[in-house]
This record gives sequence, structure tokens and C-alpha cells, in this order.
Amino acid sequence: MSVDTDPQAQHVADALETIASHLHPVPSYDVDHHPVPTGREEVWRFTPLQRLRGLLEAEGTGARLTWDVTKPEEVSLSQVATEEARELGGHAPGDRVAAMAALHAPAVDLVEVPADVSLDEPVVMDLRGSSLDEVVHGHTVVRIGNHAKATLVMRHRGSATHAALMQVIVGDGADVTFVAVADWEDDAVHAGQTSFTVGRDATVRTVSVSLGGDLVRIAETAEYEGPGGSIEQFGLYFVDAGQHIEHRLFVDHNQPRTRSNVDYRGALQGEKAHSVWVGDVLIRKNAEGIETYESNKNLLLTDGCQADSVPNLEIETGEIEGAGHASTTGRFDDEQLFYLRSRGIPENEARKLVVNGFFLDIIRRIGVAEVEEPLRRAIEEELEALDTPSTTAATTA
Amino acid sequence: MSKLEIKNLHVSVEAEDGPKEILKGVNLTINPGEVHAVMGPNGSGKSTLAYSIAGHPKYTVTQGEVLLDGEDILSMSVDERARAGMFLAMQYPVEVPGVSVSNFLRAAKTAIDGKAPNPRHFVKEVNGAMEDLNLGASFTRRSVNEGFSGGEKKRNEIAQLKLLDPKVAVLDETDSGLDIDALRVVADGVNRYMESGDRGLLLITHYTRILKHIKPHFVHVFVDGHFIDEGGPELADQLEAEGYDKYVTANNAAKA
Repeated sequence: MSVDTDPQAQHVADALETIASHLHPVPSYDVDHHPVPTGREEVWRFTPLQRLRGLLEAEGTGARLTWDVTKPEEVSLSQVATEEARELGGHAPGDRVAAMAALHAPAVDLVEVPADVSLDEPVVMDLRGSSLDEVVHGHTVVRIGNHAKATLVMRHRGSATHAALMQVIVGDGADVTFVAVADWEDDAVHAGQTSFTVGRDATVRTVSVSLGGDLVRIAETAEYEGPGGSIEQFGLYFVDAGQHIEHRLFVDHNQPRTRSNVDYRGALQGEKAHSVWVGDVLIRKNAEGIETYESNKNLLLTDGCQADSVPNLEIETGEIEGAGHASTTGRFDDEQLFYLRSRGIPENEARKLVVNGFFLDIIRRIGVAEVEEPLRRAIEEELEALDTPSTTAATTA
Repeated sequence: MSKLEIKNLHVSVEAEDGPKEILKGVNLTINPGEVHAVMGPNGSGKSTLAYSIAGHPKYTVTQGEVLLDGEDILSMSVDERARAGMFLAMQYPVEVPGVSVSNFLRAAKTAIDGKAPNPRHFVKEVNGAMEDLNLGASFTRRSVNEGFSGGEKKRNEIAQLKLLDPKVAVLDETDSGLDIDALRVVADGVNRYMESGDRGLLLITHYTRILKHIKPHFVHVFVDGHFIDEGGPELADQLEAEGYDKYVTANNAAKA
């Protein structure tokens, strides 16, 4: 694989090397570096552009989502100018929507957890949209100080046409769990980027949950600022009829002895339910001794839904501990259903158990009770709505 | 009552070159309180018999009947058969990630009984069953069969047999892969299940050693999709000494 350094690429953050075959656009705050896509581009080919409701070109409106934050007192919340925010060093926008979000956001919301604190309570950020009419551009930076320990939850609700850039910068040795829940109304559109910058020896756990919205498309990037960092990324999505949910992950192993593990799972039901998962991992030449694994599993619960799943590994050094990926998309495992039913459990209930288990299998690995419990409930609510295929009802004699 | 009657059962599976007949006219009656051992060489169709009775979708019944207390179970769905009183302890119990043993057992018990069990009583009952099978208290928090050792899987099957208390149980090579201690624990569990005196047991096995712990009333020799001989417990000893060669040869001769 050839590596060339493009002298024109002045905008490249941190002088990242540009790799010819690489699927990822060079990150840049300059909107002009991200031309309006036609839909044929590799990174846009799965997205129904007409349903982005103008997010690719909309001017700034000054509109904001309403923020409702519950936080321990050590955590500070402020607004800073966009220039100031850029200097904090988050990953620059990798696509046009994220660049538009950075350009047009009325201000940057900055959430800071100071160094060396260990938060007992999670920071919960409830963001709500109230209208589809005005495009809302948002830019948020979360900064976790060195050696801090924190759990942050960001929930999106209501209706909005929302372009977002979200940058989470994790200091050296910090231990962070970041949970994002897209629980939008059915008509919402939310596109953009969420980026994690992992400090030296830091441990980051991310959970990305997509339940609502007409179209949700999030590019989720991760990179390291020093050796020894570790990121675990879990994702859950429940896609109903007509919904488009797209997660595009990119883990950039740009530092040695770093670790990543990605496990995203989705269940789809109903006509034209569409999920897209792209999991790219780049192992750079200097990234010796790294370990990475990514997995995406999709359960198709009914006819008429579609799950696209594309894992990619680009490896520039063989001096690694391990690298692998797996992707499965399918209907119910007949053997699992048979086993449960052979114990008397009616078919529909057996299906619910299997789907519930499919998600619980990762929810239980989050390890944060105040995150796990609402997720369990949310999945159970989705399952209540699970279409009941023709089946013999339980005889309650 | 718990009488199982299998009458002239023919079963096929879908193979590359069309349907292939595996069971070729099986006849067997299990009366209440009886233990029937089914022994035969690999590939003779023993597991097919077990799965066909349970209703696995892979197998198609082309002829014959299976009656539980006179009721036709072949027209029932898999879960209806279980609720009617059938149970299959599987040779390879299936992993169901994310579904805990306790949730699974509660769902099964609720379905079988037609009502949710009293929670406190049920927890006690489950813990007792686990203890009987030498499965630790934390066992019920694990995902069904996930990461279980071979022995744990089999013991978990027998714990379910105890809790669900079916009319007739089919054990498909529950003894294979068990060390001698685990074999004794499993056999004790099965014997306790049979204690009430009106349950039926179809014990499919490849080896005779489990029959030292679970005394069969009848031993059947199964070759090429049907029963070829029948006797008392002494037949097992004869098979132990002589193997199946005699029967396989006779069966081939009869076909030729």
C-alpha cells in the first residue's frame, strides 16, 4: 500500500499521512473540501440524500436544540467560540454535514470534566428538538481531563433536522463511558459525526443507541493521542419500517499498543427498514502491537427490510497482536427457536427472548447500571411492538 | 397417565438428491413408569427419532403416528408438544446468548403450567434443582448453554427435566461426553424424575455404561431406521460384549 504525503493538504489535522487507497476523506473544517455529494461516492452510496432535508447545503439558522443537563458540580458547561473550540484538538469534520455543523453552529457547547476527578454520578445531557422546519447546526466538545473517571449520557429526543459535530477528547489515563441515545420522533433527521480522541493509556467505552428518527447517519471516528489507549464501542439499533439508520465507524490505529473492539448489533422489522453499518479499521505503519476486532450482527425480523454491513481492515504493519472482523446478517437462528420452543415457550415469545438476548448480550457488558437499565427497558418497549407473525398462541388452560 | 405410542413412523430429510428416508417404520409403546433404552450404531437414525418426536422442522414425517395418551402429537407445533407433556434432552443443547438460565426457566415453566410460578417458591425450586445437579448458585445468571462445558450442558438439561416434569422424556445421548462422576449425578437426576412411577423414559444411548445407573425395563436395538431386536436389560450386556455387527450384517442380508 503506498503512502504519499500531499504538500497541498495544509488542512490536514496533525499532519496525518494521506493514504491513497483510503476510504476516508481527509478531515477538514473547510466546507469547500467536502463537495456536495452526488450519491455515487463510496461514503454516500447507502444514504438517501433526498431525505437529508437539505442538510448538505442549508445555511445557518441560529436555532439550537434545548439542553437539559444533570451533572455533578465538578463538571462545567460553557459556550465558546468556534475558533477556540477548534484549538482543543478534536477530530475535524470528515464529511460535508459535519463541516456544515461546525461552520453554522451558533456557538460551541463545551462540557469539561476536570483532571483527576472521579465522578460518582453520570453527566446526563438531554437534547430536544421542537421543529423540523429550521435546520439546527450543533457543535459540541466534551473534554475529559487526565486521569478523570466519568460516565456521560447524551440523549436526543423530539423532532429536528439536525447536523451535528460532536468531539470527545479524552485525556491521558482517563476512564470514560460515553453513551449516545438517538430516541427521536419518527420524523427527525440527524446526520453528522461523533469523534473520540483517546489519550495515552486512556480507557474509553462508547455506546451508541439508535431507536427513533426517519434518518440517522452518524460517522463515528476514533483515534489515539498516545500509545496504550483502548476503546470499546458498542452499538444497538432497532430499525422500524421506513427508517434509515446508518453508523459509519472508523478506528484509526495511529499509535502503537492501542486496542479497539467494536460490536454493533441491529434488529430490523418492517417494510423498507434499512440499516447501514460500515466498520473501517486502519492500522498505520507505526501502530505496532495493536489489537483490534470489529463485529456487526443484524437480525432481520420480517420481510422487506435491508441491512448493509461492510467491514474493512487496512493493515500497514504486520507487527500486531491481532486484527479481525465479523459480520453476520440473517433471520432468526432456527436452532435457538427450536430449543426454546421445545421447552413449551410459544414461538412469538421465543422470538422476543432471542432478540432481547441478542441485545442484552452487549448491554450487560456496559457495566454501568444507570445506563443498562433504561436500555433494557427501551429494548423491551421496542419488542412489545414486535409484529406477531402467525403463531399458535399459548394455551392457558 | 403417560403413555407414548409410536406407530409405523416413517421420517425423511431433505438431501441434495431429494428426500432421504431415515426412519423406516418405527413401532414402540412406552407405558407409564417404563424405561426404554434405544441402542444402535452411529448413523442408524436414533437422533432422528428423538428430534422427530419433538417436532424439529428439519424432519418430515411421511407416514405413521405418535400418540401421547391417545392424543396425536404430530399435528402439534413444537411448543404445543412440550406443553402436552413431551421433553427432549438434547445431545447438543443450543446456546442462546443474552438469555439467562433463570429467565429461560421461568418462561418455560410459565408456558408449561399455563401460569407464572410463585416467584419465591420458584427460586427455591430452581436452586434445589441446580444443587441436585451440582450446578452452582451463580449458574442461573449465565446465558443458556453459552460457554458451558459439555457436562454442564447435560446437567442443565436434566435440571430442566426435574423442573418441567414432563409426562414422557426422550434423552438423546445425554450420557455421551460425561465423566463418571457427572454420569452418576445425571443418572440420579433421571431416577428422581422417574420416582413418581407414572412417567415414561426413552433413553437413547450409544454406550451401555449409563444403563448401570438407570435400569431399563426394555432394551431395543436400532439399526437402519427401525428396531431390529428387543429384550430385557441382559440384551445390553450382550451388546456390550458383541457390538452391533451381527445386527448390521443381518439387516444388510435382509435388504439384499
